[in-house]
Amino acid sequence: MAGTAVLGRLIWRVATVSGVIVETAGTKSLVLSVPGWPGHRPGQHVDVRLTAEDGYQAQRSYSIASPPEDGERITLTVERLDDGEVSTYLAGDLRVGDPLELRGPIGGYFTWTVADGAPLLLVAGGSGIAPLMAMLRHHAASGSDAPAVLLYSSRTVDDIIYRSELDELATPDLRTVVHTLTRGQPTGWPGYRRRIDSAMLSQVFGGPSPGALAYVCGPTSLVEGVATTLVNLGFAADQVRTERFGPTGG
Amino acid sequence: MGEIISRGFRGRRQQPDVSDRLPPGQYLTTDFPVLSAGPTPRPSLSTWSFSIVGEVESARRWTWEEFKALPTETFTVDIHCVTKWSKLDTTWEGVSLDTLLDGIETSGDYISAFSDGGYTTNLPLEEVTDGKAWVVHTFDGEPLTPEHGGPARLLVPHRYFWKSAKWVRGLELTSDDQPGFWETLGYHNDGDPWREQRYWGD
Repeated sequence: MAGTAVLGRLIWRVATVSGVIVETAGTKSLVLSVPGWPGHRPGQHVDVRLTAEDGYQAQRSYSIASPPEDGERITLTVERLDDGEVSTYLAGDLRVGDPLELRGPIGGYFTWTVADGAPLLLVAGGSGIAPLMAMLRHHAASGSDAPAVLLYSSRTVDDIIYRSELDELATPDLRTVVHTLTRGQPTGWPGYRRRIDSAMLSQVFGGPSPGALAYVCGPTSLVEGVATTLVNLGFAADQVRTERFGPTGG
Repeated sequence: MGEIISRGFRGRRQQPDVSDRLPPGQYLTTDFPVLSAGPTPRPSLSTWSFSIVGEVESARRWTWEEFKALPTETFTVDIHCVTKWSKLDTTWEGVSLDTLLDGIETSGDYISAFSDGGYTTNLPLEEVTDGKAWVVHTFDGEPLTPEHGGPARLLVPHRYFWKSAKWVRGLELTSDDQPGFWETLGYHNDGDPWREQRYWGD
């Protein structure tokens, strides 16, 4: 199992919010300036810590959505969960100029860099797109010539995160972006209209080419289903890497 | 570092009967999140076995039938995942490691638990004996489901939950501490939630 960890102690850093981007009705991207950021590999995450005036603290993990090419600027994409102690604050109260404590990067397995080669097969459900977006942005910024395919499941067209940027990143032969919408489609929708299934995965990805790496991120039901299906389609277990993005506590 | 106050953040405080049971940086969840690095293995019970190997006088192996016939304990514990969630009062049934290791002569001071799918995790022997660890096959009175580590997983409730290896197939006893999958990828070698040992250097 490949992967390397970041050496040394992970210290808490004080980032400053330099931008807030409304991605969808329930999702915002926080652009953070992090002095001394040591760099990261696409797919890694950070821990965020909030502190109330009386000292009460809460921590959560968020995937980094930006590529390492952004230097000391990192972007987190936060889905606002109705009951979320931290996400309601990050995607609600936080403003440009506010400080935000974080430490990272964390995680050494669900990562991809241009040096890993590919083909790169990405499957996202909802806000599970965030770490895969870091990979696609890095793929583009680094000029990788390895073919990359993203299959992205959203509820409706308005729930697609990074929609226009994904359109721009898609190129005929190098980066392919395929959408499926599970809860209603606009007239003339050209993409899929159902939950991801075996036929869709085999149509979008073809067979399991040697050396290909598949990264699956989303709610547990999607991740379990897709990972199992990929194995049934002939992928080796170590070609399939998973990460969960569930509305749990967040 | 001076304290950074998150302007306007109130947080969701728990009553002391809950907050006293949450290690630092953890929050309460009532569902049961699933985390794993790859596809869920689904081994056939007819070929499943549990082994104790490594620095032992003679290796030991149980088939599923033999394993299921071992005396079990039912116990209720709190579990703590390094991804920040904690779940209180989870009830499990399984075989104590004291039972599995009973009568085994070893010169090893550590275990490396190994699983279907290639996962490993390491623990000092003294942290998994004297009623501190089990191999469980039942959660809440039902057979453990594959996504939660079934047919059987290690359960070491006083360590972060990645040490409770899913799909466990055996223990290797070793003289040297051999860092496992997450322990070599930046996560703390000991993983004590009450000391918040999440990552290297914590």
